[in-house]
Amino acid sequence: MNIDALSGVLLIPGLSACLLAALPGYRLTSRLNVLATLLTLLTALSLFVVEPQSGAYLLVDDLNKVFIVLTTFVAFTTSAFSASYISHEIEIGRLKPGYVRFYHAMYQVLMFAMNLALVANNIGLMWVAIEIATLTTVLMVGIYRTHEALEAAWKYFILGSVGIALALFGTILVYMAARPVIGEGVDAMVWSVLVTQAAKFDPALLNVAFVFLLLGYGTKVGLAPLHAWLPDAHAEGPTPISAVLSGLLLNVALYALLRFKMLLALNPAAIAPGPLMVTMGLISCVFAAFMLYKRRDIKRMFAYSSIEHMGIIVFAFGMGGPLANFAGLLHMTMHSLTKSAIFFAVGHIAQVKGTQKIADMGGLTVTHPVLGWGLVLGVVAIAGLPPLGIFMSEFLVVSSTFSREPWLVMILVFGILVALGGLFLRLNTIAFGEPRGSTAPAEASYVPMFAHLAIVFMAGIYLPPPLVTGFQNVARLLG
Amino acid sequence: MHGLTFDIAHMLAGSLVVISFVQLYQDRLSALINVFAVHALVLALSVAWQAFAQTAPHLYITAAIALVFKAIIIPVALRRIIVRLGIHREIETVVGVGPAMLLGIGLVALAMVVMLRVTADADPLAREDLAFALSVVLLGLLMMVTRRNAVSQVIGFMSLENGLVLAATGAKGMPLVVEISVAFSVLIAFIVIGIFLFRIRERFDTVDMQALDKFRGERR
Repeated sequence: MNIDALSGVLLIPGLSACLLAALPGYRLTSRLNVLATLLTLLTALSLFVVEPQSGAYLLVDDLNKVFIVLTTFVAFTTSAFSASYISHEIEIGRLKPGYVRFYHAMYQVLMFAMNLALVANNIGLMWVAIEIATLTTVLMVGIYRTHEALEAAWKYFILGSVGIALALFGTILVYMAARPVIGEGVDAMVWSVLVTQAAKFDPALLNVAFVFLLLGYGTKVGLAPLHAWLPDAHAEGPTPISAVLSGLLLNVALYALLRFKMLLALNPAAIAPGPLMVTMGLISCVFAAFMLYKRRDIKRMFAYSSIEHMGIIVFAFGMGGPLANFAGLLHMTMHSLTKSAIFFAVGHIAQVKGTQKIADMGGLTVTHPVLGWGLVLGVVAIAGLPPLGIFMSEFLVVSSTFSREPWLVMILVFGILVALGGLFLRLNTIAFGEPRGSTAPAEASYVPMFAHLAIVFMAGIYLPPPLVTGFQNVARLLG
Repeated sequence: MHGLTFDIAHMLAGSLVVISFVQLYQDRLSALINVFAVHALVLALSVAWQAFAQTAPHLYITAAIALVFKAIIIPVALRRIIVRLGIHREIETVVGVGPAMLLGIGLVALAMVVMLRVTADADPLAREDLAFALSVVLLGLLMMVTRRNAVSQVIGFMSLENGLVLAATGAKGMPLVVEISVAFSVLIAFIVIGIFLFRIRERFDTVDMQALDKFRGERR
């Protein structure tokens, strides 16, 4: 394998993982962690300047470029947030210094696995990458060793493995469908070959394969009713991991699903994957919206909000067509940026207050104005109020699909409105009213949070033309 | 593919399904571990036979991994764990043996109907292997949901992975990437689970998942 930007996004995290596992001292390692993610981001950006050759194992096209850049960007800002978050966790003794070395090494392994899943040109390799990402996050969710953290990690591990196992069965079935056409061997698992021959595959096998893949990778996307691991894993792990889970890992699983959807769309005799995805998307959106009302734990609440938004995104991609795909892609980007910004705020808030219970927080805008208003801005964005980016992407999702399926879109809008109510109800308790809980000043890094919010704000007002053309190309590719 | 070759492959794959059923009604952990060892042994034989029948020598590696790792190392390690934890007592099942067996039969019927119908054009060995593999996968899933004990959930998961290996080897000429990855993932999975079991032991003095359930849900 020659060294280019494509192998760079894998080598940098891979090598830094080894380095970080060997180095002591959390101050040094957390800085190196930021540096490594920055280097990965720069390498990923260089994909737009010089496009490397796709090989038998690695692939680069318009679709995964968008995902890679988004992943490496959020990974970079999260590592900056993580540096200040982790140093506070060590000061209060919640995390032992020994575990921090492990934490940083795992962070890089996770980056490696997610990038590998995105650039893999082989359906088997992609599956392996998603499996590694799952196992890494399981270990990180359980890092606090409390009852709740262990329970959450165990539940995530069991449900994640079952999902991953079903996805492997689906992958094998895709190979079985491809084999009579392409012939035995590696070629029958390579994306770029599969796509050219998909029309000749046995449609019945492809149908069954897609059902398994949808259930398998759908578990990782957090679609209801397969979402049970998601709120626990978000609530009990370290907050930077919650940000990475919501902002990135769900997207990576979605990416896998989209690739297989493209494959099915090319075969005229296979079932249309759209209706299945639309159904699961709608169920997730409406179900999660109602679940928002009874949450008492702040991180758990935003985890349900992630399920709701993944529902909207899957709905948009399920409807298909250039416009809806464009809207889905934009919504995915906006959700990643906004949700990780919210988790940055929530992480510091939970540290200042010493609890995640919503009932013990209050009047944040008075006691900690920067954090408080940051959270308010984030929630306003995630609820989909104008003029922020999510308003625009949700508006696009609704307007691009309304003429085709008005009733389904009504259900979606209903879900969005219910979620809006739930979010503001809780926001009111947290941000306004009588100050409750500790009022000690926060030692927080505000830059990552406001950088994300600024981008979301900008996107709501003005999308740069190169971005629009790029997204349009991808939307066409998705069919 | 004809005659004896086909019959032996058929018999081995079929035995895996039967052993999966035997796992369903084991109510003692030590017995369950024994049955799992047999399950892995039959898998190893089945994979080795596929290697011979397809003249695919790399499959012998997969068979060896199944034999050494799943049929010997894991059962021995699991036995040590349950002895150290002192949990030879009966397994509590959520669903009784009768309903579990009936559900299992239903799942196997489902697997047959689905797989045999969609693979009508494929060669007979591959399609029947696939149908058996799906049955083993579904029975593994069933075991995971009917058991409350962490160790038996792990065994359910591993027999599920055995089903996947059966499917992967049945698909003729499937690249080695997948076989290795499956074995590899089981290794990782086992390490992870091992760590968890010990941590769970540290914290709760039991590996019964019902004890964990107490801590679930919304903290108030």
